[in-house]
Amino acid sequence: MSDEQQKETRVFKQTRRKVLKGLAAGAAVLAVPTPQASASVWEAFFQKHFREMSKDELVRVLARLEKTYSRQYGKEVTVSATPPIEGVRFGYGLDLSRCIGCRRCVYGCVEENNLSREPQLHLIRVVRLQKEKGVDLDYAEHYYNPELVPEPGYFYMPISCQQCENSPCTKVCPVQATWKEKDGIVVVDYNWCIGCRYCMASCPYGARRFNWRRPQIPAENLNPTTHYLGNRPRPVGVVEKCTFCIQRTREQPGRYPACQEVCPVGARKFGNLLDPKSEMRALIENKRVFILKEDLNTRPKFYYFF
Amino acid sequence: MNGRRLLLTSAGAIAIVALLVSIALAQGMREKFFDRDGRLVVIERSAAEQLRTYDIRSSKAPETFPVPPPPFSEGIFPCSDCHAHMSPDQRPRVLTEEHTDIVLNHAEGQRWCLDCHNTDDRDTLRLVSGEIIPFSESYRLCGQCHGDKFREWREGLHGKRTGYWNGDKEYLLCAHCHNPHDPNFKPMKPMPPPVRPGETRR
Repeated sequence: MSDEQQKETRVFKQTRRKVLKGLAAGAAVLAVPTPQASASVWEAFFQKHFREMSKDELVRVLARLEKTYSRQYGKEVTVSATPPIEGVRFGYGLDLSRCIGCRRCVYGCVEENNLSREPQLHLIRVVRLQKEKGVDLDYAEHYYNPELVPEPGYFYMPISCQQCENSPCTKVCPVQATWKEKDGIVVVDYNWCIGCRYCMASCPYGARRFNWRRPQIPAENLNPTTHYLGNRPRPVGVVEKCTFCIQRTREQPGRYPACQEVCPVGARKFGNLLDPKSEMRALIENKRVFILKEDLNTRPKFYYFF
Repeated sequence: MNGRRLLLTSAGAIAIVALLVSIALAQGMREKFFDRDGRLVVIERSAAEQLRTYDIRSSKAPETFPVPPPPFSEGIFPCSDCHAHMSPDQRPRVLTEEHTDIVLNHAEGQRWCLDCHNTDDRDTLRLVSGEIIPFSESYRLCGQCHGDKFREWREGLHGKRTGYWNGDKEYLLCAHCHNPHDPNFKPMKPMPPPVRPGETRR
């Protein structure tokens, strides 16, 4: 055998090996459930988009999720899909002259919304700003940790999802896994999200979070009252966000969001923007109100006032 | 001679002013303002209506708000448990036997206990007008001076509401957040800051 021939054989062999390897890897990446997988895995695989499901299909999906979560956490977990209430458009108000930056809202949200404890995931970001500079996010400090708050010379600004009317995040989603509901809440179908994180890149407020690893929630701390679009336990690799506590606010009568309930200074206001008698309307009409990054024309429904 | 003329002129001036006032009262008051759309709104109130504003006895009952129980210190209420058997001493003084834990840091030079607490029945409070109110309406007492805050509290802008956004609500009293004797909000320990992204990496 000449050197030339030997070389050609070796090249061919390597190539074939590569092809076989590639095929095996490709099959693994497809991650099709094996025939031995349980029925619920197959059902989840073929589950439709939330808004395309019929009533029966939705009932079946909710029942399956309830069963899965109840077994996983060893306690009764309910998953609802309460629709928006007619004639309601939610708005949120935050009084910057009251907020003392105590971060009670951050951890109240973690408890209510079953956010991952490890790795840590927060939906509310409280930034400390300098009174001298005003609302200038260039001077924002996220990791302040003094002995006591408020500190002289500073004020505090909690930032979470602004529930924009003209929301960039819902426009960029390639699979329409996130959309704005009739009551103005921007939601995510965690089963439809492919984890591309385009929405996170498009959000001017940094309000969306990605589950880089499987969320760890101690079973005893799990809030068992959940909503399909809200606080049900999330899988790994999906984006999540604030939903104005959809599982609480869509009840009849609707509870306030957890961050509003836990705030020790009463800086947080919540209500129906379409109801002229709500406190939201009173504050928009009577207080000095501003919205964050108004120039971007995202039209947030989160009103800061002072 | 000169003094007499002065007297006459001033008496005349007073008479004219009184005449004008009585005409104004008889005609009622006219309030004019522009609304948001730029239309001129004129509201006319008769003299009787105007006067009623200052008539405490026949004015309509003030609006009441659903509130949780007032935040009394443990075992201190009802006050009459002790005070019923005591004769009130109305002289302002420093208390040395009881209530020594109360330090008044709230316009302390201008008032003392019995300006707000009812002398005759300690289980109630007393407004400047003399009206006696229960502790559950203490927002009216605070609202005497802090009218701006009271109006915002009434609308749900100042303070905190609990309950349901589209159902029954409870309004926390001023005293639930502010100690009435020392109303400045006390600083508190913040919850831990979030972990920095670098610290989660393995």
